[in-house]
Amino acid sequence: MSAFTALIVRDMKLAFLAGGGATLAAAFFALVAALVPFGVGADLMLLGRIAGGVLWVAAALAALLSLDRLFQADFEDGSLDVLALSPLSLESVATAKIIAHWLTTGLPLVVLSPVLGLLLNLPDAAFGALIGSLLIGTPALSGVGAIGAALTLSIRRGGLILALIVLPLIVPTLIFGSGAVMGAIDGTGQGALLFLAAFSVAAVALSPFAAAAAVRLNITG
Amino acid sequence: MWKITILANPKRFLDLSRAIIPWTFVAAVLLLATGLYWALFLTPPDYQQGHSVKIMFVHVPAAYMGIMVYGVMAGASLTGLVFRHPLADVAAKSAAPLGAAFTALALLTGSLWGRPMWGTYWQWGDARLVSELILLFIYLGYIALWNAIDDPQRAAKAAAILSLVGAADVPIIHFSVDWWNTLHQPASIIRPGGPSIDRSFLYPLFIMMAAYTVLFVWLWLLRMQTEIFERRARTLMLAKGA
Repeated sequence: MSAFTALIVRDMKLAFLAGGGATLAAAFFALVAALVPFGVGADLMLLGRIAGGVLWVAAALAALLSLDRLFQADFEDGSLDVLALSPLSLESVATAKIIAHWLTTGLPLVVLSPVLGLLLNLPDAAFGALIGSLLIGTPALSGVGAIGAALTLSIRRGGLILALIVLPLIVPTLIFGSGAVMGAIDGTGQGALLFLAAFSVAAVALSPFAAAAAVRLNITG
Repeated sequence: MWKITILANPKRFLDLSRAIIPWTFVAAVLLLATGLYWALFLTPPDYQQGHSVKIMFVHVPAAYMGIMVYGVMAGASLTGLVFRHPLADVAAKSAAPLGAAFTALALLTGSLWGRPMWGTYWQWGDARLVSELILLFIYLGYIALWNAIDDPQRAAKAAAILSLVGAADVPIIHFSVDWWNTLHQPASIIRPGGPSIDRSFLYPLFIMMAAYTVLFVWLWLLRMQTEIFERRARTLMLAKGA
């Protein structure tokens, strides 16, 4: 097993075993979706109309939950210094962490989303777009989120600042993601899905460099 | 040849800024007075909007400054990261609250203008206003990051990375908001700023834009000066304590 995959496996194990964010993020996602009807009322027509947007906002918030520990835990116990000394470049470390974060946070949300779609009366025609857009878009949340996590890794209780930094930057993901679901409901085509894919590819490709630069400044000073 | 390293010496910058600051102050006051008088008293009321069109003269320059200051901040951040220019970090840090203030002013005047025009203070259908709102949040995140990291050098680098990521993202955000707008409702109101605007409005608008720019330069230099003095005071205090 290469160092890269070993790091992914380690991060996933930590997320699943050590009371990390994996199942918690999915539970949070489901809870937010279940809270919405209490806020806006039980009108099934209305719920069906807003289900896509609600699930996308919930997914963005759920992805944020486990982000603050993405680099911080390793920073505090010194593993990040060891990783920095390893032959793996910090960019690869950041990439591995983004992948692990998506596998433990993004993917469970994708799997859970159809159930929550049923709960919120999402129109049948939109299920494909919901699952597809979450599958394509959540990696961007992990990527941009990793930049925020790396920037705030030395800040105690950096979670709030992390949210303040990351949420405005992922506005395009939300717009195109919920736009794709809307497009499927209204039958206005899949332009949103393509834009979402473009943003996601760019975010995942570029964010490891920004995240690595942020980690570097924090461990070398 | 003039090199950027000339300003790496804070004393040289302080001498220079001391010479420039009074002039920028005078220029800002004169331009603001001329621009406001021209805009408020010498322009005719719009045939559709009446006198409320005059909000444009405080709104459009503020919105433009919100974007421009971000550009200045990102440029200074890049200079700070690439050339390790100490003054560039100070420049970026000092620009951020000003940019946030201009953006907030643009949002405030925009919604005050929206009330008579749209009948509502906030219209999600206006892509420019919505983008400015996101921009304000990005400014706030930047300022919060500066304040949260104790070591000023680390804070400068972290904030610089954030401002560059933001600089790459802001055009995409604007595009996505634009796209989102066409999806929901076509823009029903033609906003000033396009070429269709009348000459009698254009000149005072330009003067107001110049006034805001000079005002920014004045406040910016002042804040940079203050920041340098503050750092000196902190260093002196540390030296005394040790």
